[in-house]
Amino acid sequence: MIQRIVSRKFDIPDAHRIDVALLHGGYATLSKAFAMEPDAITTEIERSGLRGKGGGGAPTGKKWRLMPKTISPSYLVVNADESEPGTFKDRQILQYDPHLLIEGIIVSAYAMGADHAYVYIRGEYKAFHDRLVEAVEEAYERGYLGENIRNSGFNLSLSVHRGAGAYICGEKSALLESLEGKRGHPRLKPAKPECEWYFGHPATVNNVETIATVPFIVQEGFEAYRAYGTDQSPGTMLFAMSGHISRPGVYELPFGLRMMEVIDELGGGVKNGKKLKAVIPGGASTPVLTAEEAEKATLDYETLSAMGSGLGTGGMIIMDEESCMVKALHNLLSFYRHESCGQCTPCREGTGWVDTLIRHILAGRGDETHIQTLLDVSKTMNGQTICVFAPAVSGVINAFVKKFRPEFEHYFQRSEG
Amino acid sequence: MSFTFNPINEEKIKKLWGEYPKKESLTLPMLWMAQYQEGWITPEAIRTIAARLELSPSHLFGIATFYTMFRLSAVGTYHIELCQTLSCALCGKDALIEHLGKKWGIRPGETTEDGRFTLSLVECLGGCGGAPMLSLNETYHENVTPESLDALLEGLS
Ligand SMILES: Cc1cc2nc3c(=O)[nH]c(=O)nc-3n(C[C@H](O)[C@H](O)[C@H](O)COP(=O)(O)O)c2cc1C
Ligand code: SF4
Ligand code: FES
Repeated sequence: MIQRIVSRKFDIPDAHRIDVALLHGGYATLSKAFAMEPDAITTEIERSGLRGKGGGGAPTGKKWRLMPKTISPSYLVVNADESEPGTFKDRQILQYDPHLLIEGIIVSAYAMGADHAYVYIRGEYKAFHDRLVEAVEEAYERGYLGENIRNSGFNLSLSVHRGAGAYICGEKSALLESLEGKRGHPRLKPAKPECEWYFGHPATVNNVETIATVPFIVQEGFEAYRAYGTDQSPGTMLFAMSGHISRPGVYELPFGLRMMEVIDELGGGVKNGKKLKAVIPGGASTPVLTAEEAEKATLDYETLSAMGSGLGTGGMIIMDEESCMVKALHNLLSFYRHESCGQCTPCREGTGWVDTLIRHILAGRGDETHIQTLLDVSKTMNGQTICVFAPAVSGVINAFVKKFRPEFEHYFQRSEG
Repeated sequence: MSFTFNPINEEKIKKLWGEYPKKESLTLPMLWMAQYQEGWITPEAIRTIAARLELSPSHLFGIATFYTMFRLSAVGTYHIELCQTLSCALCGKDALIEHLGKKWGIRPGETTEDGRFTLSLVECLGGCGGAPMLSLNETYHENVTPESLDALLEGLS
């Protein structure tokens, strides 16, 4: 099942050192890339069907085309914020193969004509930050970054920028606000698709894994990437499993595999031989699936969205038969309450109210009206906010309540007045 | 009391000045440096950074309070940040919190009287594959059990 595109060097000892990386094909794509027209690289990425691995799945090549070539300087910003609960994949690249990310950054920046690249990394990832900084220093020393990279005439500088603890800074426009030194408040979306902006200059924000996939596609050609996965979800992705699973971890897999095959064969099944109750398929913000649904699910964008959920970040959270779904929802809602950036009233107030309502239910003080209010509040959070944080919370609530309603009702009977 | 960056940080600031198109981008890096230098972000540090970046201290204060990792008061010598989000909850973070309280007298949101330990409950640290997990003075420890926690804390000077 396992395929190795971005994880190719993960098992090689010390592959984070440039000498080892170079021995195993690190930076080998550069000579091919620099011999190509920048636009031809973007075309190759478009044809590969590469979709962003940060959770949204947006087509990468199309996004690069939004960069206006007339304004300079312009920027490539790599999103290493990785804060979606259940997601711990990008850190594998940072830890085991940071030079692959740097190589991807060089090729991508060359394709879109970016002059400077930033990697925005969550503050908690101190160890991975330090590792990446070391790799960047090595790359500068060997002439892979800076002026006239490998005699190509192409210049690129790269800085690593540390966040400081805020989930919302993973949202691309909040990330840019944060990079500008402000609070991480998402920006209003433009009416028509356009690039992002950093201090009024063009910027593209891409996830770590997305950028780390670029060298393979350029080196091997778009067909080689399309050889994996499905028509609408080509290629591979770093899927993660956590929660009640025997062998938690990160595995690079082609899209389209049966979810249960992955859980059972790679994950070793539900922990302690228990039965499965539910799976959150792609990070906390994707609606939960029942065990029955998980049986039918395959790991690709089209199937999971047709099931009313999403592939998200590919971080599966597995819950066994003894899990309390009311407590699980409460756990997530207190997360969202803490992480709402507070700009939009439905989100700021709504995440507070739904958390409070669930506390009441858990304390045995709830009744039908609490569930109804929960659903009503969740409705007000959908479609009226600056970013999709609040709609995602709404989707999470609806799935938990609709699919596991008896568990919520069970708490009513515990009421002692 | 006034605040000045030490020479090492001044060197870093000088280098960073050239890495961003506008100096406002140095806000987070400078807050980090102040926190590492003093252990927390003091009002004096806020004023100094604000002056250097030509921003208002209240703006800086707004930034420092927005980001949970910036501390506006001192913490213990050992700062335990224990993940409380779903995967860690499913895998036993409650037992760890209870153990820290009972055996070590360390409680969420508090610093022990001797000033050695502060315990903060934090949101998903991206260590879900090793749940339950915690970060001790910015180093991750995964698959934590009450026993491994004892060994970890006993091993501290
Ligand atoms: C609330 C929220 C949080 C997000 N967090 C992350 C994150 O931690 N990492 C990430 O790469 N993308 C995150 N995203 C998606 C980004 O906005 C953006 O789409 C992505 O970084 C683009 O890169 P990609 O196209 O390569 O996936 C988040 C989006 C939202 C709405
Ligand atoms: S939806 Fe929530 S997180 Fe997003 S901008 Fe509005 S308040 Fe902030
Ligand atoms: S849920 Fe604890 S590290 Fe992710």
